Amino acid sequence: MNRLLHRILPALLVYGLLMLGTALALAPLLWMLAASLMPPGEATGYPPRFWPSTVTFEHYAALFTRLDLGRYLLNSTLLAGAVTAISLFVNSMAGYAFAKFRFRHRDRLFRILLAAMVIPAQVAMLPLFLLLKQFGLINTYWGVIIPGMANIFGIFLIRQYLLAIPDSLLDAARMDGAGEFRIYWALVLPLCRPILVTLAIFTFMGAWNDFMWPLIVLTDSSMYTLPVALANLLGEHVQDTELMMAGSVLTVLPVLLLFVALQKYYIAGIMLGGMKG
Amino acid sequence: MTGQERHVARSARVFLAPALLLIAVFFFLPVLAALLLSFTDFDIYALGDLDRLRFVGLRNYLDLLQSPLFWTALGNTFYFVVVGGPLSVAVSLGAALLVNAPLIRFPGFFRAAFFLPVVTTLVAVAVVWRYLYHPHYGLLNYGLGLFGIDPIDWLGDPVWAMPAIILMAVWKNFGFNMIIFIAGLQNIPPSLYEAARIDGASGWRQFRHITLPLLGPTFLFVALMTMIGYFQVFAEPYVMTQGGPANRTLSVVLLMYEEGFRWWNMGYASAAAFVLFVLILAGTTLQLQLRRREPP
Repeated sequence: MNRLLHRILPALLVYGLLMLGTALALAPLLWMLAASLMPPGEATGYPPRFWPSTVTFEHYAALFTRLDLGRYLLNSTLLAGAVTAISLFVNSMAGYAFAKFRFRHRDRLFRILLAAMVIPAQVAMLPLFLLLKQFGLINTYWGVIIPGMANIFGIFLIRQYLLAIPDSLLDAARMDGAGEFRIYWALVLPLCRPILVTLAIFTFMGAWNDFMWPLIVLTDSSMYTLPVALANLLGEHVQDTELMMAGSVLTVLPVLLLFVALQKYYIAGIMLGGMKG
Repeated sequence: MTGQERHVARSARVFLAPALLLIAVFFFLPVLAALLLSFTDFDIYALGDLDRLRFVGLRNYLDLLQSPLFWTALGNTFYFVVVGGPLSVAVSLGAALLVNAPLIRFPGFFRAAFFLPVVTTLVAVAVVWRYLYHPHYGLLNYGLGLFGIDPIDWLGDPVWAMPAIILMAVWKNFGFNMIIFIAGLQNIPPSLYEAARIDGASGWRQFRHITLPLLGPTFLFVALMTMIGYFQVFAEPYVMTQGGPANRTLSVVLLMYEEGFRWWNMGYASAAAFVLFVLILAGTTLQLQLRRREPP
Protein backbone atom coordinates (compact mmCIF):
# COMPACT_ATOMS: atom_id res chain seq x y z
CA MET A 1 0.00 0.00 0.00
CA ASN A 2 2.76 2.39 1.00
CA ARG A 3 4.73 1.48 -2.10
CA LEU A 4 1.66 2.13 -4.25
CA LEU A 5 1.22 5.58 -2.77
CA HIS A 6 4.82 6.66 -2.99
CA ARG A 7 6.14 5.10 -6.16
CA ILE A 8 3.48 3.94 -8.55
CA LEU A 9 0.87 6.67 -8.19
CA PRO A 10 3.25 9.59 -8.82
CA ALA A 11 4.76 7.71 -11.77
CA LEU A 12 1.28 7.12 -13.22
CA LEU A 13 0.44 10.78 -12.75
CA VAL A 14 3.65 11.94 -14.46
CA TYR A 15 3.17 9.54 -17.37
CA GLY A 16 -0.48 10.55 -17.68
CA LEU A 17 0.42 14.23 -17.87
CA LEU A 18 3.23 13.51 -20.34
CA MET A 19 0.86 11.57 -22.60
CA LEU A 20 -1.78 14.29 -22.38
CA GLY A 21 0.82 16.95 -23.16
CA THR A 22 2.14 14.96 -26.11
CA ALA A 23 -1.39 14.54 -27.47
CA LEU A 24 -2.10 18.26 -27.14
CA ALA A 25 1.24 19.25 -28.68
CA LEU A 26 0.89 16.93 -31.66
CA ALA A 27 -2.89 16.98 -32.30
CA PRO A 28 -2.95 20.19 -34.38
CA LEU A 29 -0.07 18.94 -36.53
CA LEU A 30 -1.56 15.47 -37.00
CA TRP A 31 -4.96 16.92 -37.84
CA MET A 32 -3.32 19.24 -40.37
CA LEU A 33 -1.71 16.23 -42.05
CA ALA A 34 -4.90 14.13 -41.97
CA ALA A 35 -7.11 16.95 -43.28
CA SER A 36 -4.69 17.63 -46.14
CA LEU A 37 -5.35 14.08 -47.40
CA MET A 38 -9.17 14.21 -47.15
CA PRO A 39 -11.53 14.56 -50.12
CA PRO A 40 -12.95 18.11 -50.49
CA GLY A 41 -15.44 19.00 -47.76
CA GLU A 42 -14.61 16.14 -45.44
CA ALA A 43 -12.57 18.25 -43.00
CA THR A 44 -15.59 20.48 -42.43
CA GLY A 45 -18.02 17.66 -41.61
CA TYR A 46 -19.56 17.10 -38.21
CA PRO A 47 -18.51 15.34 -36.07
CA PRO A 48 -14.91 16.15 -37.07
CA ARG A 49 -12.90 13.35 -38.68
CA PHE A 50 -9.41 12.47 -37.57
CA TRP A 51 -8.72 10.19 -40.49
CA PRO A 52 -9.48 10.59 -44.22
CA SER A 53 -12.15 8.17 -45.52
CA THR A 54 -10.06 7.82 -48.66
CA VAL A 55 -6.58 9.23 -48.98
CA THR A 56 -6.29 11.73 -51.83
CA PHE A 57 -3.33 13.79 -52.99
CA GLU A 58 -5.47 16.06 -55.16
CA HIS A 59 -4.89 19.12 -52.97
CA TYR A 60 -1.13 18.75 -53.21
CA ALA A 61 -1.48 18.33 -56.96
CA ALA A 62 -3.67 21.46 -57.14
CA LEU A 63 -1.13 23.45 -55.17
CA PHE A 64 1.63 22.62 -57.60
CA THR A 65 -0.35 22.81 -60.85
CA ARG A 66 -2.88 25.59 -60.30
CA LEU A 67 -1.44 27.63 -57.48
CA ASP A 68 2.26 27.74 -58.32
CA LEU A 69 3.40 26.50 -54.93
CA GLY A 70 6.59 25.07 -56.45
CA ARG A 71 7.64 28.62 -57.19
CA TYR A 72 7.21 29.70 -53.55
CA LEU A 73 8.98 26.58 -52.34
CA LEU A 74 11.90 27.54 -54.56
CA ASN A 75 11.82 31.18 -53.38
CA SER A 76 11.81 30.15 -49.73
CA THR A 77 14.62 27.65 -50.25
CA LEU A 78 16.78 30.11 -52.17
CA LEU A 79 16.24 32.97 -49.74
CA ALA A 80 16.73 30.93 -46.57
CA GLY A 81 19.77 29.23 -48.12
CA ALA A 82 21.36 32.54 -49.15
CA VAL A 83 20.74 34.19 -45.78
CA THR A 84 22.22 31.15 -44.03
CA ALA A 85 25.37 30.94 -46.17
CA ILE A 86 26.15 34.66 -46.09
CA SER A 87 25.36 35.21 -42.42
CA LEU A 88 27.43 32.19 -41.32
CA PHE A 89 30.43 33.66 -43.08
CA VAL A 90 29.93 37.21 -41.77
CA ASN A 91 29.00 36.21 -38.20
CA SER A 92 31.80 33.68 -37.81
CA MET A 93 34.43 36.24 -38.84
CA ALA A 94 33.09 38.78 -36.34
CA GLY A 95 32.66 36.20 -33.58
CA TYR A 96 36.23 35.04 -34.16
CA ALA A 97 37.55 38.62 -33.93
CA PHE A 98 35.66 39.24 -30.67
CA ALA A 99 36.90 35.99 -29.14
CA LYS A 100 40.52 35.88 -30.25
CA PHE A 101 41.84 39.36 -31.02
CA ARG A 102 42.74 42.06 -28.53
CA PHE A 103 41.92 45.52 -29.77
CA ARG A 104 40.82 48.81 -28.27
CA HIS A 105 37.18 49.10 -27.13
CA ARG A 106 36.59 45.42 -27.90
CA ASP A 107 34.60 44.64 -24.78
CA ARG A 108 32.67 47.89 -24.88
CA LEU A 109 31.77 47.30 -28.53
CA PHE A 110 30.59 43.80 -27.73
CA ARG A 111 28.47 45.02 -24.82
CA ILE A 112 26.83 47.63 -27.06
CA LEU A 113 25.93 44.91 -29.56
CA LEU A 114 24.46 42.70 -26.82
CA ALA A 115 22.46 45.58 -25.37
CA ALA A 116 21.08 46.34 -28.85
CA MET A 117 19.35 42.95 -28.80
CA VAL A 118 16.51 44.51 -26.76
CA ILE A 119 15.66 46.81 -29.67
CA PRO A 120 12.74 45.19 -31.48
CA ALA A 121 13.47 44.63 -35.18
CA GLN A 122 10.19 46.37 -36.05
CA VAL A 123 11.62 49.73 -34.97
CA ALA A 124 14.11 49.58 -37.84
CA MET A 125 11.63 48.35 -40.45
CA LEU A 126 10.11 51.63 -41.63
CA PRO A 127 13.42 53.44 -42.34
CA LEU A 128 14.93 50.20 -43.64
CA PHE A 129 12.13 50.05 -46.18
CA LEU A 130 12.87 53.63 -47.29
CA LEU A 131 16.61 52.88 -47.43
CA LEU A 132 16.13 49.80 -49.59
CA LYS A 133 13.69 51.74 -51.75
CA GLN A 134 16.47 54.27 -52.42
CA PHE A 135 18.70 51.42 -53.57
CA GLY A 136 15.89 49.98 -55.71
CA LEU A 137 15.85 46.79 -53.64
CA ILE A 138 12.14 46.66 -52.79
CA ASN A 139 10.51 43.59 -54.34
CA THR A 140 13.88 41.89 -54.88
CA TYR A 141 15.44 38.86 -53.22
CA TRP A 142 18.29 41.06 -51.96
CA GLY A 143 15.77 43.21 -50.12
CA VAL A 144 14.86 40.14 -48.06
CA ILE A 145 18.43 38.85 -47.68
CA ILE A 146 20.30 42.04 -46.72
CA PRO A 147 18.87 42.65 -43.23
CA GLY A 148 19.62 39.00 -42.34
CA MET A 149 23.25 39.00 -43.49
CA ALA A 150 24.66 39.88 -40.07
CA ASN A 151 23.12 38.87 -36.79
CA ILE A 152 24.14 39.82 -33.26
CA PHE A 153 22.97 36.55 -31.73
CA GLY A 154 25.01 34.62 -34.30
CA ILE A 155 28.15 36.63 -33.50
CA PHE A 156 27.50 35.98 -29.81
CA LEU A 157 27.14 32.21 -30.25
CA ILE A 158 30.36 31.91 -32.26
CA ARG A 159 32.27 34.05 -29.78
CA GLN A 160 31.09 31.98 -26.80
CA TYR A 161 32.15 28.81 -28.54
CA LEU A 162 35.58 30.10 -29.56
CA LEU A 163 36.41 31.45 -26.10
CA ALA A 164 36.81 27.85 -24.99
CA ILE A 165 39.41 27.09 -27.66
CA PRO A 166 43.03 27.66 -26.55
CA ASP A 167 45.01 30.47 -28.19
CA SER A 168 48.05 28.20 -28.43
CA LEU A 169 46.51 26.43 -31.44
CA LEU A 170 46.25 29.71 -33.33
CA ASP A 171 49.69 30.89 -32.20
CA ALA A 172 51.23 27.67 -33.45
CA ALA A 173 49.70 28.28 -36.86
CA ARG A 174 51.02 31.86 -36.84
CA MET A 175 54.52 30.57 -36.02
CA ASP A 176 54.26 28.38 -39.07
CA GLY A 177 53.69 31.57 -41.07
CA ALA A 178 50.04 31.05 -41.95
CA GLY A 179 48.19 34.24 -42.97
CA GLU A 180 45.30 35.48 -40.82
CA PHE A 181 42.60 34.63 -43.33
CA ARG A 182 44.10 31.21 -43.88
CA ILE A 183 44.06 30.58 -40.11
CA TYR A 184 40.40 31.58 -40.00
CA TRP A 185 39.44 29.51 -43.03
CA ALA A 186 41.51 26.36 -42.52
CA LEU A 187 41.73 26.21 -38.73
CA VAL A 188 39.04 28.25 -36.97
CA LEU A 189 36.11 27.31 -39.19
CA PRO A 190 36.69 23.54 -38.94
CA LEU A 191 37.08 23.90 -35.15
CA CYS A 192 33.73 25.68 -35.06
CA ARG A 193 31.89 23.07 -37.05
CA PRO A 194 29.40 21.99 -34.34
CA ILE A 195 28.37 25.55 -33.53
CA LEU A 196 28.27 26.43 -37.23
CA VAL A 197 25.83 23.58 -37.85
CA THR A 198 23.71 24.79 -34.93
CA LEU A 199 23.75 28.37 -36.16
CA ALA A 200 22.99 27.24 -39.70
CA ILE A 201 19.83 25.45 -38.52
CA PHE A 202 18.75 28.44 -36.44
CA THR A 203 19.31 30.84 -39.30
CA PHE A 204 17.73 28.68 -41.97
CA MET A 205 14.63 28.06 -39.87
CA GLY A 206 14.40 31.69 -38.83
CA ALA A 207 14.59 32.85 -42.44
CA TRP A 208 12.19 30.15 -43.64
CA ASN A 209 9.61 30.97 -40.98
CA ASP A 210 10.02 34.75 -41.20
CA PHE A 211 6.85 36.53 -42.17
CA MET A 212 6.71 40.25 -41.50
CA TRP A 213 9.75 41.44 -43.44
CA PRO A 214 9.14 39.37 -46.62
CA LEU A 215 5.50 40.50 -46.43
CA ILE A 216 6.68 44.11 -46.48
CA VAL A 217 9.45 43.84 -49.07
CA LEU A 218 7.96 41.44 -51.61
CA THR A 219 5.11 43.03 -53.52
CA ASP A 220 5.01 40.89 -56.65
CA SER A 221 3.32 37.54 -55.98
CA SER A 222 5.89 35.61 -58.04
CA MET A 223 8.51 36.67 -55.46
CA TYR A 224 6.57 35.49 -52.39
CA THR A 225 8.01 33.12 -49.82
CA LEU A 226 5.86 30.21 -48.60
CA PRO A 227 4.49 31.90 -45.45
CA VAL A 228 3.56 35.06 -47.37
CA ALA A 229 2.00 33.00 -50.18
CA LEU A 230 0.09 30.92 -47.63
CA ALA A 231 -1.33 33.97 -45.85
CA ASN A 232 -2.30 35.34 -49.25
CA LEU A 233 -3.87 32.04 -50.32
CA LEU A 234 -6.03 32.11 -47.20
CA GLY A 235 -7.75 35.21 -48.57
CA GLU A 236 -9.08 33.39 -51.63
CA HIS A 237 -9.35 29.81 -50.42
CA VAL A 238 -10.48 30.12 -46.83
CA GLN A 239 -13.37 27.73 -47.59
CA ASP A 240 -11.07 25.05 -49.03
CA THR A 241 -9.95 23.65 -45.71
CA GLU A 242 -8.22 20.58 -47.15
CA LEU A 243 -6.31 22.68 -49.68
CA MET A 244 -5.16 25.12 -46.99
CA MET A 245 -4.01 22.21 -44.83
CA ALA A 246 -1.99 20.79 -47.72
CA GLY A 247 -0.37 24.21 -48.15
CA SER A 248 0.40 24.34 -44.43
CA VAL A 249 1.95 20.86 -44.52
CA LEU A 250 4.23 21.89 -47.38
CA THR A 251 5.28 25.04 -45.55
CA VAL A 252 6.02 23.26 -42.29
CA LEU A 253 7.44 19.97 -43.55
CA PRO A 254 10.90 21.11 -44.72
CA VAL A 255 11.76 22.74 -41.38
CA LEU A 256 10.26 19.86 -39.40
CA LEU A 257 12.39 17.35 -41.31
CA LEU A 258 15.46 19.53 -40.84
CA PHE A 259 14.78 19.63 -37.11
CA VAL A 260 14.22 15.90 -36.78
CA ALA A 261 17.44 15.20 -38.70
CA LEU A 262 19.59 17.68 -36.76
CA GLN A 263 17.78 17.79 -33.43
CA LYS A 264 20.93 17.28 -31.38
CA TYR A 265 22.63 20.41 -32.73
CA TYR A 266 19.50 22.51 -32.44
CA ILE A 267 18.86 21.68 -28.79
CA ALA A 268 22.54 22.15 -27.92
CA GLY A 269 22.39 25.62 -29.47
CA ILE A 270 19.41 26.71 -27.37
CA MET A 271 21.14 25.48 -24.25
CA LEU A 272 24.35 27.34 -25.10
CA GLY A 273 22.44 30.53 -25.92
CA GLY A 274 20.26 30.17 -22.85
CA MET A 275 22.91 29.31 -20.29
CA LYS A 276 25.45 31.93 -21.19
CA GLY A 277 22.96 34.64 -22.02
CA MET B 1 51.97 50.08 -30.20
CA THR B 2 54.29 47.30 -31.28
CA GLY B 3 54.25 45.92 -34.78
CA GLN B 4 52.61 42.76 -33.49
CA GLU B 5 49.77 44.74 -31.85
CA ARG B 6 49.26 46.80 -34.98
CA HIS B 7 49.02 43.63 -37.00
CA VAL B 8 46.45 42.17 -34.61
CA ALA B 9 44.36 45.36 -34.65
CA ARG B 10 44.40 45.43 -38.44
CA SER B 11 43.34 41.78 -38.71
CA ALA B 12 40.57 42.33 -36.18
CA ARG B 13 39.26 45.27 -38.21
CA VAL B 14 39.20 43.18 -41.37
CA PHE B 15 37.29 40.35 -39.68
CA LEU B 16 34.85 42.70 -37.96
CA ALA B 17 34.24 45.08 -40.84
CA PRO B 18 31.56 43.14 -42.80
CA ALA B 19 29.39 42.38 -39.77
CA LEU B 20 29.74 45.78 -38.12
CA LEU B 21 29.16 47.61 -41.37
CA LEU B 22 26.01 45.61 -42.10
CA ILE B 23 24.67 46.01 -38.58
CA ALA B 24 25.45 49.73 -38.57
CA VAL B 25 23.88 50.46 -41.96
CA PHE B 26 20.91 48.10 -41.81
CA PHE B 27 20.09 48.20 -38.11
CA PHE B 28 21.57 51.06 -36.06
CA LEU B 29 21.12 53.64 -38.78
CA PRO B 30 17.45 52.70 -39.38
CA VAL B 31 16.77 52.75 -35.62
CA LEU B 32 18.15 56.29 -35.40
CA ALA B 33 16.27 57.24 -38.56
CA ALA B 34 13.08 55.86 -37.01
CA LEU B 35 13.53 58.22 -34.08
CA LEU B 36 13.94 61.17 -36.47
CA LEU B 37 11.07 59.93 -38.62
CA SER B 38 8.80 59.86 -35.58
CA PHE B 39 9.24 63.66 -35.29
CA THR B 40 8.11 64.24 -38.90
CA ASP B 41 4.80 64.04 -40.76
CA PHE B 42 6.26 61.51 -43.26
CA ASP B 43 3.25 60.24 -45.25
CA ILE B 44 2.39 59.01 -48.74
CA TYR B 45 3.10 62.46 -50.24
CA ALA B 46 6.55 62.56 -48.68
CA LEU B 47 7.15 59.07 -50.05
CA GLY B 48 6.84 60.54 -53.56
CA ASP B 49 8.48 63.90 -52.89
CA LEU B 50 10.76 64.39 -49.90
CA ASP B 51 10.26 68.19 -50.05
CA ARG B 52 6.87 67.63 -48.52
CA LEU B 53 8.44 66.32 -45.35
CA ARG B 54 7.95 68.57 -42.33
CA PHE B 55 9.30 68.45 -38.81
CA VAL B 56 6.36 68.31 -36.41
CA GLY B 57 8.04 67.83 -33.05
CA LEU B 58 6.09 65.61 -30.69
CA ARG B 59 2.83 65.79 -32.62
CA ASN B 60 2.84 62.10 -33.63
CA TYR B 61 3.29 61.07 -30.01
CA LEU B 62 0.51 63.42 -28.88
CA ASP B 63 -1.73 62.09 -31.66
CA LEU B 64 -1.00 58.53 -30.54
CA LEU B 65 -1.90 59.34 -26.94
CA GLN B 66 -5.18 60.86 -28.11
CA SER B 67 -6.03 57.97 -30.43
CA PRO B 68 -8.48 55.47 -28.91
CA LEU B 69 -7.28 52.90 -31.44
CA PHE B 70 -3.71 53.17 -30.17
CA TRP B 71 -4.85 52.72 -26.58
CA THR B 72 -6.84 49.68 -27.67
CA ALA B 73 -3.76 48.23 -29.37
CA LEU B 74 -1.66 49.00 -26.30
CA GLY B 75 -4.22 47.37 -24.01
CA ASN B 76 -4.42 44.28 -26.23
CA THR B 77 -0.64 43.99 -26.37
CA PHE B 78 -0.43 44.25 -22.56
CA TYR B 79 -3.14 41.61 -22.26
CA PHE B 80 -1.12 39.32 -24.51
CA VAL B 81 2.14 39.98 -22.62
CA VAL B 82 0.77 39.92 -19.07
CA VAL B 83 -1.47 36.86 -19.46
CA GLY B 84 0.31 34.98 -22.26
CA GLY B 85 3.87 35.52 -21.02
CA PRO B 86 3.52 34.08 -17.50
CA LEU B 87 1.22 31.32 -18.79
CA SER B 88 3.82 30.35 -21.38
CA VAL B 89 6.64 30.36 -18.79
CA ALA B 90 4.53 28.31 -16.36
CA VAL B 91 3.66 25.70 -19.00
CA SER B 92 7.31 25.56 -20.05
CA LEU B 93 8.44 24.97 -16.47
CA GLY B 94 5.75 22.34 -15.92
CA ALA B 95 6.76 20.51 -19.09
CA ALA B 96 10.44 20.71 -18.13
CA LEU B 97 9.73 19.25 -14.68
CA LEU B 98 7.71 16.40 -16.22
CA VAL B 99 10.28 15.55 -18.88
CA ASN B 100 13.09 15.81 -16.37
CA ALA B 101 11.32 13.74 -13.68
CA PRO B 102 13.47 10.87 -12.38
CA LEU B 103 12.73 7.36 -13.68
CA ILE B 104 10.90 8.63 -16.76
CA ARG B 105 11.66 6.47 -19.76
CA PHE B 106 12.06 7.93 -23.26
CA PRO B 107 12.54 11.53 -22.07
CA GLY B 108 13.96 12.27 -25.52
CA PHE B 109 10.67 11.33 -27.17
CA PHE B 110 8.55 13.55 -24.93
CA ARG B 111 11.02 16.40 -25.24
CA ALA B 112 10.95 16.21 -29.04
CA ALA B 113 7.13 15.97 -29.10
CA PHE B 114 6.78 19.07 -26.92
CA PHE B 115 9.36 20.86 -29.00
CA LEU B 116 7.88 20.13 -32.41
CA PRO B 117 5.45 23.11 -32.46
CA VAL B 118 8.42 25.48 -31.90
CA VAL B 119 10.06 24.66 -35.21
CA THR B 120 6.88 24.95 -37.25
CA THR B 121 6.14 28.03 -39.35
CA LEU B 122 3.99 30.46 -37.37
CA VAL B 123 1.88 31.45 -40.37
CA ALA B 124 1.13 27.82 -41.27
CA VAL B 125 0.10 26.79 -37.76
CA ALA B 126 -1.93 29.98 -37.35
CA VAL B 127 -3.83 28.86 -40.46
CA VAL B 128 -4.32 25.41 -38.92
CA TRP B 129 -5.57 26.89 -35.63
CA ARG B 130 -8.05 29.08 -37.46
CA TYR B 131 -9.78 25.86 -38.47
CA LEU B 132 -9.36 24.20 -35.07
CA TYR B 133 -11.13 27.23 -33.58
CA HIS B 134 -14.04 27.12 -36.02
CA PRO B 135 -17.28 27.45 -34.00
CA HIS B 136 -19.16 24.68 -35.87
CA TYR B 137 -16.76 22.04 -37.13
CA GLY B 138 -13.60 22.98 -35.20
CA LEU B 139 -11.83 20.26 -33.28
CA LEU B 140 -11.56 22.32 -30.10
CA ASN B 141 -15.29 22.94 -29.68
CA TYR B 142 -15.93 19.28 -30.48
CA GLY B 143 -13.50 18.25 -27.73
CA LEU B 144 -15.08 20.67 -25.24
CA GLY B 145 -18.52 19.40 -26.29
CA LEU B 146 -17.55 15.94 -25.04
CA PHE B 147 -17.34 17.52 -21.58
CA GLY B 148 -20.71 19.22 -22.05
CA ILE B 149 -19.26 22.68 -22.79
CA ASP B 150 -21.26 24.78 -25.26
CA PRO B 151 -19.56 25.86 -28.51
CA ILE B 152 -17.49 29.04 -28.27
CA ASP B 153 -16.97 31.36 -31.23
CA TRP B 154 -13.27 31.58 -30.41
CA LEU B 155 -12.07 34.04 -33.02
CA GLY B 156 -15.41 35.80 -33.61
CA ASP B 157 -16.26 36.68 -30.04
CA PRO B 158 -14.57 39.87 -28.74
CA VAL B 159 -14.14 38.28 -25.31
CA TRP B 160 -12.61 35.00 -26.52
CA ALA B 161 -10.47 36.19 -29.44
CA MET B 162 -7.45 37.23 -27.37
CA PRO B 163 -7.51 34.15 -25.12
CA ALA B 164 -7.65 32.06 -28.31
CA ILE B 165 -4.59 33.81 -29.71
CA ILE B 166 -2.76 33.40 -26.39
CA LEU B 167 -3.59 29.69 -26.27
CA MET B 168 -2.24 29.19 -29.76
CA ALA B 169 0.91 31.21 -28.98
CA VAL B 170 1.58 29.20 -25.81
CA TRP B 171 1.13 25.94 -27.72
CA LYS B 172 3.52 27.20 -30.39
CA ASN B 173 6.40 28.28 -28.18
CA PHE B 174 6.35 26.68 -24.72
CA GLY B 175 8.80 24.03 -25.97
CA PHE B 176 11.56 26.58 -26.47
CA ASN B 177 11.64 27.75 -22.86
CA MET B 178 11.13 24.14 -21.75
CA ILE B 179 14.55 23.26 -23.21
CA ILE B 180 16.20 26.15 -21.37
CA PHE B 181 14.51 25.09 -18.11
CA ILE B 182 15.65 21.49 -18.61
CA ALA B 183 19.22 22.73 -18.97
CA GLY B 184 18.76 24.77 -15.78
CA LEU B 185 17.29 21.79 -13.89
CA GLN B 186 20.14 19.53 -14.92
CA ASN B 187 22.61 22.02 -13.48
CA ILE B 188 21.16 21.60 -9.98
CA PRO B 189 23.36 19.15 -8.04
CA PRO B 190 21.38 15.96 -7.18
CA SER B 191 23.10 15.90 -3.77
CA LEU B 192 20.92 18.83 -2.67
CA TYR B 193 17.77 16.78 -3.24
CA GLU B 194 19.28 13.79 -1.47
CA ALA B 195 20.08 15.91 1.57
CA ALA B 196 16.55 17.33 1.56
CA ARG B 197 15.05 13.83 1.36
CA ILE B 198 17.12 12.70 4.31
CA ASP B 199 15.78 15.71 6.21
CA GLY B 200 12.29 14.54 5.27
CA ALA B 201 11.36 17.48 3.02
CA SER B 202 8.30 16.85 0.86
CA GLY B 203 8.33 17.09 -2.93
CA TRP B 204 6.66 20.48 -2.82
CA ARG B 205 9.14 21.83 -0.26
CA GLN B 206 12.04 20.58 -2.36
CA PHE B 207 10.59 22.36 -5.36
CA ARG B 208 9.96 25.56 -3.39
CA HIS B 209 13.30 25.72 -1.57
CA ILE B 210 15.75 24.05 -3.95
CA THR B 211 14.44 23.99 -7.51
CA LEU B 212 12.92 27.47 -7.74
CA PRO B 213 15.78 29.44 -6.09
CA LEU B 214 18.46 27.62 -8.06
CA LEU B 215 16.53 28.17 -11.29
CA GLY B 216 16.61 31.93 -10.58
CA PRO B 217 18.99 33.06 -13.35
CA THR B 218 17.32 30.73 -15.87
CA PHE B 219 13.95 32.09 -14.82
CA LEU B 220 15.03 35.68 -15.34
CA PHE B 221 16.46 34.91 -18.77
CA VAL B 222 13.32 33.06 -19.86
CA ALA B 223 11.00 35.73 -18.48
CA LEU B 224 12.90 38.51 -20.23
CA MET B 225 13.10 36.75 -23.60
CA THR B 226 9.43 35.78 -23.45
CA MET B 227 8.33 39.29 -22.56
CA ILE B 228 10.39 40.89 -25.32
CA GLY B 229 9.05 38.40 -27.86
CA TYR B 230 5.43 38.68 -26.73
CA PHE B 231 5.47 42.48 -26.97
CA GLN B 232 6.17 42.03 -30.70
CA VAL B 233 3.10 39.88 -31.46
CA PHE B 234 2.11 40.32 -35.10
CA ALA B 235 1.63 37.24 -37.29
CA GLU B 236 -0.93 35.52 -35.03
CA PRO B 237 -3.52 38.32 -35.21
CA TYR B 238 -2.56 39.13 -38.82
CA VAL B 239 -3.39 35.61 -39.99
CA MET B 240 -6.11 34.59 -37.54
CA THR B 241 -8.20 37.70 -36.91
CA GLN B 242 -6.73 40.69 -38.82
CA GLY B 243 -6.94 42.48 -35.47
CA GLY B 244 -10.67 41.83 -35.06
CA PRO B 245 -13.31 41.30 -33.85
CA ALA B 246 -13.92 44.96 -32.94
CA ASN B 247 -10.13 45.52 -32.79
CA ARG B 248 -9.87 43.26 -29.78
CA THR B 249 -6.73 41.52 -31.10
CA LEU B 250 -5.12 44.56 -32.75
CA SER B 251 -1.52 44.64 -31.43
CA VAL B 252 0.88 47.59 -31.46
CA VAL B 253 3.01 45.99 -34.19
CA LEU B 254 -0.06 45.21 -36.28
CA LEU B 255 -1.16 48.85 -35.87
CA MET B 256 2.34 49.98 -36.85
CA TYR B 257 2.24 47.74 -39.92
CA GLU B 258 -1.18 48.99 -40.99
CA GLU B 259 -0.34 52.66 -40.44
CA GLY B 260 3.14 52.45 -41.91
CA PHE B 261 2.88 50.01 -44.78
CA ARG B 262 -0.78 50.16 -45.73
CA TRP B 263 -1.52 53.89 -45.27
CA TRP B 264 2.13 55.06 -45.46
CA ASN B 265 1.81 57.22 -42.36
CA MET B 266 5.43 56.43 -41.63
CA GLY B 267 6.04 59.24 -39.17
CA TYR B 268 3.08 58.21 -37.07
CA ALA B 269 3.95 54.49 -37.35
CA SER B 270 7.55 55.19 -36.28
CA ALA B 271 6.26 56.92 -33.17
CA ALA B 272 4.16 53.82 -32.40
CA ALA B 273 7.23 51.61 -32.89
CA PHE B 274 9.24 53.79 -30.51
CA VAL B 275 6.56 53.67 -27.85
CA LEU B 276 6.76 49.87 -28.10
CA PHE B 277 10.55 50.01 -27.78
CA VAL B 278 10.32 52.21 -24.67
CA LEU B 279 7.78 49.80 -23.15
CA ILE B 280 10.07 46.83 -23.81
CA LEU B 281 12.98 48.72 -22.29
CA ALA B 282 10.88 49.65 -19.25
CA GLY B 283 9.69 46.05 -18.85
CA THR B 284 13.25 44.76 -19.07
CA THR B 285 14.52 47.28 -16.51
CA LEU B 286 11.61 46.52 -14.18
CA GLN B 287 12.26 42.77 -14.27
CA LEU B 288 15.98 43.26 -13.64
CA GLN B 289 15.20 45.58 -10.70
CA LEU B 290 12.65 43.19 -9.17
CA ARG B 291 15.15 40.40 -9.49
CA ARG B 292 17.87 42.42 -7.79
CA ARG B 293 15.64 43.35 -4.86
CA GLU B 294 14.64 39.76 -4.16
CA PRO B 295 16.62 38.11 -1.35
CA PRO B 296 19.02 35.57 -2.80
